[in-house]
Amino acid sequence: MDFLRPTTWEEALAAKADRPGAVPIQGGTDVMVEINFDVHRPEALLDLNRVAELRTWTLGEGSYRVGAGVPYARIIEELREPLPGLAQASRTVGSPQIRNRGSVGGNLGAASPAGDSHPPLLAAGAVIEVESRDRGVRMIPADQFYLGVKRSALEPDELIRAVHLDAAPGPQYFSKVGTRNAMVIAVCSFAVALHPGERRVGTGLGSAAPTPRRALEAEDFLSRELDWDARLDPGVLRRFGELCARAASPIDDVRGTADYRRHAIGVMARRTLTWAWNDYRGKRAA
Amino acid sequence: MRVTFTVNGREQSADDVWEGESLLYVLRERLGLPGSKNACEQGECGSCTVYLDGTPVCACLVAAGQAEGRQVRTVEGLADGDRLDPVQEAFVECGAVQCGFCTPGLIVQAHDLIERVERPSDAEIREALAGNLCRCTGYEKILDAVRLAAERKAVTR
Repeated sequence: MDFLRPTTWEEALAAKADRPGAVPIQGGTDVMVEINFDVHRPEALLDLNRVAELRTWTLGEGSYRVGAGVPYARIIEELREPLPGLAQASRTVGSPQIRNRGSVGGNLGAASPAGDSHPPLLAAGAVIEVESRDRGVRMIPADQFYLGVKRSALEPDELIRAVHLDAAPGPQYFSKVGTRNAMVIAVCSFAVALHPGERRVGTGLGSAAPTPRRALEAEDFLSRELDWDARLDPGVLRRFGELCARAASPIDDVRGTADYRRHAIGVMARRTLTWAWNDYRGKRAA
Repeated sequence: MRVTFTVNGREQSADDVWEGESLLYVLRERLGLPGSKNACEQGECGSCTVYLDGTPVCACLVAAGQAEGRQVRTVEGLADGDRLDPVQEAFVECGAVQCGFCTPGLIVQAHDLIERVERPSDAEIREALAGNLCRCTGYEKILDAVRLAAERKAVTR
């Protein structure tokens, strides 16, 4: 095994282009587990810790560009106001030690259907910036990034550089079902994001299908039926929950059954929309 | 490969390190620092918690090469000679140790908490220690120890 240690983004891209089989490592919270358990022995590790720019975020024209290596702990600390959905999801990741090392870039690279950052990225309409030395930058909308269980749109010579998210234009919520509060992988999870300017609600389902995904039918339904100047209609809320549950195509596994997951998605969809709606109406009334 | 980093204030090198090896393995097996414990090897139990450039992390999830040139502080580096760190003293006094396997990780993690937060609430202590598992006993005496250490620290601040 080789250990590659680029110190600049250009060096990192060159290393990945020359060695497409090299596995990028950031916080190590997924990659090292696989190596420790001998599940996977990559031909090389590509350490991105030394590429300092990956650990920075910037704000430009209402949109945040969050470097792929910014650890969850800093998203919670520094970005909870502009990016509340992602910050809430970050708070549910592992333990403090894991949140000090793990990053959204790593979560995207692993592309596990249970990754906590995916639902809020989908709900908020995030865009993922990836790059290769030979073909340059690609901007991939989150809902086109996840292709299968632990498979993403990332090409072997590409690296994830950053995630782009607008400062939340409205309330955002994340909810996760697990067997306990800390150190838990999602049985399933759900994120909602209000986009009041567009009169639209974004959604994201986690651990309820082969990939994280939006509940498109549910989003369309709300675009048609939601009265943005009124209290939340109980019938609309119920139907929203049903359509979100219908968007799931879960499996039975050690963490939960497909039926349970489908049910829980519906419950979380109703709850998170209610929380978001109360915030939205409360803010307007104030 | 050779890996060189600062451990508890002293620069140390290890040779013939396998590229997939963890920082934990280097500390325990190559540098003779067995304080950080090896249990789950997947970041679930916290018994290998060490400071990496001042931030508590699971040493089992840091690739050895990622520690190159950086500052590592282990549980062995908390005491001042024969004088225990206040967190260590509090663990002894409160009987917060049974088999002792989880203790080094808990001490490093608690040490970080009371450095950052003056008089942490019980909720803050629980959240800070959520990634450190103890399988012998309950956590009550551990919580007592952290409260005691935090109180002493606050008085001397």
